[in-house]
Amino acid sequence: MKFSLTWLKDYLDTTASVAEICDALNAIGLEVEGVEDPAEKLAGFRIAHVLTAARHPDADKLQVLTVDTGDGQPLQVVCGAPNARAGMKGVLGLPGATVPANGMVLKKSAIRGVESNGMMCSTRELELGDDHDGIIELPDDAPVGTAFADYNGSDPVIEVAVTPNRPDCMGVYGIARDLAAKGLGALKPISMPAFTSEGACPVEIRTDDVEGCPAFYGRVVKAVTNGTSPDWLQARLKSAGQRPISLIVDLTNYLMLGFGRPAHAYDLAKLSGAVVARRANDGEQVLALNEKTYTLDAEMMVIADDHGVHDIAGIMGGEHSGVSETTTDVLLEIAYFDPARIGATGRKLGLSSDARTRFERGVDPEFLDQGLDLLTGLIVELAGGTPSEIVRAGSPPSAAKVVTFDPDLTTRLGGVDVAEAEQKRILESLGFTVSADWQVTCPLRRNDIEGPADLVEEVVRIHGLDKVASLALPRVEGVARPTATPQQKLERGLRRAAAASGLNEAVTWSFLPEWAANHFSDGNDTPWVLANPISEDMKAMRPALLPGLLMAAKRNADRGAASSRLFEIGRRYFRGAGGLSDEKPTLGIVLAGEKSPRGWQGGKAKLFDAFDAKALALSLLEAAGAPVANLMVMGEASAQFHPGQSATLRLGPKVVLARFGMVHPATLKAFDVDGPIAAVELFLDAIPAKKGAAFARPGFTPPALQAVTRDFAFLVPATLAAGDLVRSVQGADKAFITGVRVFDVFQGQGVPEGHKSVAVEVTLQPGEASFKDADLKAIAEKVVAAAAKLGGELR
Amino acid sequence: MTDITSQTEAALAAIAAAASLDALEAERLETLGKKGWVSLALKTLGGMSPEERTAAAPAIQSTRAAIAEALDAKKAALEAAALEEQLARETVDLTLPAQAAPKGSVHPVSQVMDELAEIFADLGFAVATGPEIEDDWHNFTALNMDETHPARAMHDTFYFPDRTPEEREVLLRTHTSPVQVRTMIAAAKSSPGGAPVRIIAPGRVYRSDSDATHTPMFHQIEGLVIDRDIHLGHLKWTLETFLKAFFERDDIVLRLRPSYFPFTEPSVEVDVGYANENGRRVVGGSGDAPGHAWMELLGSGMVNARVLEMGGFDPAEWQGFAFGVGVDRLAMLKYGMNDLRAFFDGDPRWLAHYGFSPFDQPTLSAGVGART
Repeated sequence: MKFSLTWLKDYLDTTASVAEICDALNAIGLEVEGVEDPAEKLAGFRIAHVLTAARHPDADKLQVLTVDTGDGQPLQVVCGAPNARAGMKGVLGLPGATVPANGMVLKKSAIRGVESNGMMCSTRELELGDDHDGIIELPDDAPVGTAFADYNGSDPVIEVAVTPNRPDCMGVYGIARDLAAKGLGALKPISMPAFTSEGACPVEIRTDDVEGCPAFYGRVVKAVTNGTSPDWLQARLKSAGQRPISLIVDLTNYLMLGFGRPAHAYDLAKLSGAVVARRANDGEQVLALNEKTYTLDAEMMVIADDHGVHDIAGIMGGEHSGVSETTTDVLLEIAYFDPARIGATGRKLGLSSDARTRFERGVDPEFLDQGLDLLTGLIVELAGGTPSEIVRAGSPPSAAKVVTFDPDLTTRLGGVDVAEAEQKRILESLGFTVSADWQVTCPLRRNDIEGPADLVEEVVRIHGLDKVASLALPRVEGVARPTATPQQKLERGLRRAAAASGLNEAVTWSFLPEWAANHFSDGNDTPWVLANPISEDMKAMRPALLPGLLMAAKRNADRGAASSRLFEIGRRYFRGAGGLSDEKPTLGIVLAGEKSPRGWQGGKAKLFDAFDAKALALSLLEAAGAPVANLMVMGEASAQFHPGQSATLRLGPKVVLARFGMVHPATLKAFDVDGPIAAVELFLDAIPAKKGAAFARPGFTPPALQAVTRDFAFLVPATLAAGDLVRSVQGADKAFITGVRVFDVFQGQGVPEGHKSVAVEVTLQPGEASFKDADLKAIAEKVVAAAAKLGGELR
Repeated sequence: MTDITSQTEAALAAIAAAASLDALEAERLETLGKKGWVSLALKTLGGMSPEERTAAAPAIQSTRAAIAEALDAKKAALEAAALEEQLARETVDLTLPAQAAPKGSVHPVSQVMDELAEIFADLGFAVATGPEIEDDWHNFTALNMDETHPARAMHDTFYFPDRTPEEREVLLRTHTSPVQVRTMIAAAKSSPGGAPVRIIAPGRVYRSDSDATHTPMFHQIEGLVIDRDIHLGHLKWTLETFLKAFFERDDIVLRLRPSYFPFTEPSVEVDVGYANENGRRVVGGSGDAPGHAWMELLGSGMVNARVLEMGGFDPAEWQGFAFGVGVDRLAMLKYGMNDLRAFFDGDPRWLAHYGFSPFDQPTLSAGVGART
């Protein structure tokens, strides 16, 4: 809502300054979004008296003026306006002033060789009108030297954001009422121009859709002269950002902007038969005032006559039946529409208008007759004509809401003490009726009031939220407990562990291009795809964290980054039971580019390999408290990984805690990114939570006897996984073998075809007594036997 | 006698001239070794008469002592020289670059969420979560925005074509407020009629909006307190306390303005005073103070009675407040980023500059903020 100070003062008797008014508006919940002060715009423009005017020596259309700006030192100004002449008074822009219309800063300059010390201005240049045929001519009594803004009348324009619960403030009068309640002045009664109506309305008015249009009132005014609006009206509409069109149209807009009451004027000559509010027929079309054609359906309401639809009810008038300069007889319409229906129609058509904004929030059901009389009176006063009586079809809602209120609630809920008398005064000044036992009757225009809490809000916002004092929340009794869940603690810990491993945490979009989501889906699960995405690149919810990170790695490579080591902790989105989402917390890692650059020590740059991914996966799982020693390395990381260089880490055959390895070349190609790229995904929901409830750990004393190591080299089939050999050896003697580590793998000379040599170091921890030779020999035999089970032969 | 004297002198000269430990060892064997002439000479003392021994012993023994001392001294000198030479050989150019361990970082959004969790834990708030793919009942209806509510249209909601079994629309949550609803319903399940609630709910939220200051995905943190006698004064204190702790400034000044949210009544928009310093907004001081202004920071209010009801709480017994604030915005204000879009780009240069060391874990004792 935009309005000028003058307009506000039409309804509010106040001496408050603009600043005071703005502070009050903010304080009562009508947020000031801006104040436009024409005085600022017109700074540097002064009233000047043209003393002499002579033809420019080198230009036919220019004159050289001497002008007096009141300080007794006439200035020379070059001017091209045909009406510039000696003796006239006009507006001079001095060097340094900015021309409002084009932002040009005036300077002292030479025009065709003649010095000019400013510019005489037209109304268009000062954004005061459209006239650009000549410079502004002021009356003879205009005080020379005065700032033009002061002379012209400085009328600041205030713009407020009206929240959707306050349709009553969608007109200047409603804002004036709120300000009066706040104590900024007195609300003036609406001044109703007098007129006499003659005879019944000659047009039949009907509502065939009482639900959608409970009330439809009309009146004909004959023999009007539609023309240009008077200056006061034009000025008010312009301050609200509305372009004046014609007197009758301007007056309906004045009613809407001034009183929040949309109305419509039809050219009677273009109507035929009864004018009816009804449901549209499916497929019915209408050419609206915005020169667009809309196709309607039966859920929408229209105003129609015998010939067809004229108006999308409550939203926009029709092109054909609107008033024009030549209109002589008008039918005025004022109606009450069901807010929900208007909202639904507007959304479906994608059509917004000032009328829709008001109707869908709810106009004042008590302001139909008065609104129509006000509009009629103004038309008669300014455009002449003879009005008929009002014809009414249906009636607007009339049941007023009564709220049983306890004034103590203001303290209990609002946290501020307001005397009962003051609470009563506030409510009454806003139009509520308060009975002795605090039954509060709401004005019908306040459809936002649902219960006592709303009345607390009314009291508190007018009394002042600044008077609410802070009060500490009581501390929760007892010992402070952790407020994070185990899952949250896990994520926090992993985040810092990953960062400490040299990875940069990224946050990437939850949505992906559909192809990328499909690429990472395993076929059984179709990704969640938005019906109204903001773009094709942000259409499907990610089923993995890797695609977003791969795209980031690509952007980084394209920017010339040597490497990307990125991780992200976030959700993957799947379809869960019963059509709901299943969102799985996940940690994703992408290692792209160089692991280490070429160097004087290491030679060539090194790239990431699958063991970098494995090392990170294991160290982070360990940080997460997973039983890393019990994990199995198995295949089936998924189709997006290199089949020979990827694996899963599992706790038992089914519980997959992580997948890792090299990204599949086909995936790299699909994402248009250069490899090799190593990747990891940790499935955080699969990591078993720590179960221990106690702080104390099991007892432990480091063994007194030193551990010994023994090396074994086995010839095994080339296809045997080293991990299987290690697990078998580890299990050869559970009492004494505490560690098995592969330290060499060899294929080539001396090793038969189809075999490899795997050397392991076995750590043996003695218990109470040191190992004797026989003990060691027995253990060694068990180790060899364990390897033999897998086809291993001691070398 | 002259014989032993000249022999001694020759041996001492040989020791002095020894160029290596090996040469010195050979000299030691020659003299003090089992078959060395000094050892042999000493042995001859045993076969002498006491008089002869008394005459001969001092010379031989002093020879042995002199040679032993010379051997030790020379050995030490040779070892020192060898060490010296080894050290010289092992010298490296330490201006050459060492291989640097890659430096990781924590994203500002995560850091700020951790900070907020810490601050609110101190006030007794637990952290709650909920799904991001929501249904319209939890996201709108239960928050007092029924199907026809105009505020729904203002949310720029992302929808899925899917429906829940209850025929609810499926959407991306537009705010963290549905977590309020889920928290209340869960609380009312275990204690019918309601129970005290104190939670924050941080997370991703989505709006179909994209320009210089809006991204279709961003982060919010929701706060909800319900108890028997919670009022606007508690809300104000909580917000002041949290913002003071977050910005680590005592001079945070809030301006509460009446506003409208369907899920709160009364509803309060909260502005914070700030000053422009070197082109940056620095939070602190009253917005009415010279050189200061107010900026809109968050929305809040007392939980609407209908919302309490839909959450299974009895509004006659329980009341409380809720607030929601943009986490990305808080991060930008505190840590000086100016471009929201860069948050989601994954550029290591940006992440290294604006990200945080893993060791900057926010704690109450060390301070929740990480200073430059």
